[in-house]
Amino acid sequence: MEVKIKSMKYEDFNDNEYIEQLVKQLQESGTNVVVGSLDNLINWGRSNSLWPLTFATSCCGIEFMSVGAARYDMARFGFEVARASPRQADFIMVAGTIVHKMAPVLKRLYDQMAEPKYVIAVGGCAVSGGPFKNSYHVLKGVGEILPVDVYIPGCPPRPEALLYGMMQLQRKVKAERYFGDVNRQEKKPKELDK
Amino acid sequence: MGNIQEKIVSFLPEAVFEEGQYLTVTVPARKWRDLARFLHDDPELQFDSLASLVGVDWGETLGVVYYLNSVKYNHWLIVKTETADRENPLLYSVADIWGSANLNEREVYDFYGIRFIKHPDMRRLFLREDWVGYPFRKDYDANPEINPIPVCNEETNDKTVVLEELEDGTVVEKEKVLFEADEYVVNIGPQHPATHGVLRFKTSLDGENIKKIDVHCGYVHRGIEKLWENMTYPQTLHMTDRLDYLSAHNNRHALCMCIEKGLQLEVPERAVYIRTMMDELMRISSHLLYFATMCMDLGGLTAFFYGFRDREKILDIFEDTCGARMTMNYNVIGGVMADIHPDFQRKVKEFIAYMPAKLKEYHDIFTGNVIAQQRMKGVGVLSYDDAVNLGVTGPSGRGSGWACDVRKRTPYAAYDKVQFNEVLRTEGDTFARYMVRLDEIKESLHILEQLVDNIPAGDYAVKTKPVIKVPEGRYFQQVEAARGAFGVYLESRGDKTPYRLKVTSPGLTLVGAVDHLTRGAKIADLIAIGASLDYVVPDIDR
Repeated sequence: MEVKIKSMKYEDFNDNEYIEQLVKQLQESGTNVVVGSLDNLINWGRSNSLWPLTFATSCCGIEFMSVGAARYDMARFGFEVARASPRQADFIMVAGTIVHKMAPVLKRLYDQMAEPKYVIAVGGCAVSGGPFKNSYHVLKGVGEILPVDVYIPGCPPRPEALLYGMMQLQRKVKAERYFGDVNRQEKKPKELDK
Repeated sequence: MGNIQEKIVSFLPEAVFEEGQYLTVTVPARKWRDLARFLHDDPELQFDSLASLVGVDWGETLGVVYYLNSVKYNHWLIVKTETADRENPLLYSVADIWGSANLNEREVYDFYGIRFIKHPDMRRLFLREDWVGYPFRKDYDANPEINPIPVCNEETNDKTVVLEELEDGTVVEKEKVLFEADEYVVNIGPQHPATHGVLRFKTSLDGENIKKIDVHCGYVHRGIEKLWENMTYPQTLHMTDRLDYLSAHNNRHALCMCIEKGLQLEVPERAVYIRTMMDELMRISSHLLYFATMCMDLGGLTAFFYGFRDREKILDIFEDTCGARMTMNYNVIGGVMADIHPDFQRKVKEFIAYMPAKLKEYHDIFTGNVIAQQRMKGVGVLSYDDAVNLGVTGPSGRGSGWACDVRKRTPYAAYDKVQFNEVLRTEGDTFARYMVRLDEIKESLHILEQLVDNIPAGDYAVKTKPVIKVPEGRYFQQVEAARGAFGVYLESRGDKTPYRLKVTSPGLTLVGAVDHLTRGAKIADLIAIGASLDYVVPDIDR
């Protein structure tokens, strides 16, 4: 099985080993024909309509706006619209520096998103703290509080880099088991039963 | 200058004077409020604008440096006041004299722990209320275990503290209620698409009308000024592009000029011209983004695409010469990083020819629209006096009729060699602020037109020593960034790192005016007013 997406050729990606590893894991765990085919169909739909949450704290947010505007136009690749509500978003682009005061807010936004959900860390600050990593008030990467799926380095990354990173996420979505894995039902917290 | 000194001596004989870039006067803390009132009201002094308020830790003492400017006479005065008590430092507030001091004094409290007597609202501004210590003090313990990454949200606090001085000199704390228990309070932000970044407005509502807004900053406070204290001068430059990333060149220009002033370095003419052109291109690109986002906030999504389409053309010019679309890192101490790209002049000329027709298009699709006009005209009116008092500079101040353009008042770079008009409007409403920016694009194009064919030949930078040490002293430099007067304060002790480096961002005073502007307005007007002020949050928070 080869993970193909419409927007970019397989051999044009630089890090195919990573996606091959994911595919290998997927195949090893195995699934039956019906569920597997349904998985493929649903993943095809999901990967072509990933909607980002508008979340920007600093410079990278402006480049993210450029990606949404006319020249780069992320809608071409299925990212269509940025949603202002976490309930309607599939992934969060953490574009910009995350500081101590913002950390609980960001965590709450992430918690409010519906599963399956993804995180892309955009730019040096979200990846590792960037130029501000020595500061008393800056997180050394958003990975300290959220599980990150794709890292996009740059300060800020070019719009092309953002698109590349978002396409990596599309590939990752395609190499997932949907039923019984990413759409698993979370157990209801006990306090809600009362 | 002598006149100012005589006047102050006649009012306050114990004042100590120092000559420098501007006249500096050191005042005992107890006398400062009286003197401040005198400086502000005296018809021959009229220091009605507080350009910068800097907290400093001088080791033995903690203190504040005020940069005062007179709108009428355009003369400057530096006032220093300090306290030796590091345990419980107290100074006197001047927030009732200069409105712009309000948030600035809270910032000083946040960073240095200096509390201001008679300040209406003595809370932290950027850091959380449970933060331990005052990070800008030289003896601050930066151990991450003391202040770990918080896992829960900040407690909502509807109360604040006011310090009052009794007649016998004792200072008492009084609790002040900001929001009553039965008030209807809505949080707008920190994550809201119309706040242009992570800013939180705690809004008290009466039906649809806004009663009061409490601004919470600090959601992207990165502690840049503290980081600067451990950086060499060439390293400090890189942070300026990331403050207000929409006027990156202008900010960096300011810091470079400030350091060059300290080094008494003469910048080659070619570099001066290139810097001026870059500043103007940056201003146009910022105003285009302003147009795009302002219209988007008011519901005109098409305009967003139009604005970004034209902004890309400027980013292309930047990319050719500087190698980056944003955070260009182009100005360096003594000039610019590299010479202009061979295509630079051609592309700028193309842009100058291209843009006027687009501006007409903007006016056709948005400005003339009835709905847009109704949402902007007469909304959020800022009077001239309030603009000066609250320190609302830049296009927003000029929309209220305040001729505050630094390029005209104290020309720097090549601005004294070009002809341009300072765009002024007197209405002071959202529409005026919007129109000033669109008209400024025209003026910037006009400036570019005069410079593009006259860039002198020669070096684009002077060679500087590998290790730069700025001589001991206090330096201040203002430039006109896209959002207003951007000031850099540099205090050097002759080391290769700055002792204290502070930027006075236009954003903080703009956001300080939001409460004033929105009183009694509808909640939908908050979006229009906020968009028209055009603050950039990392510029506020630093």
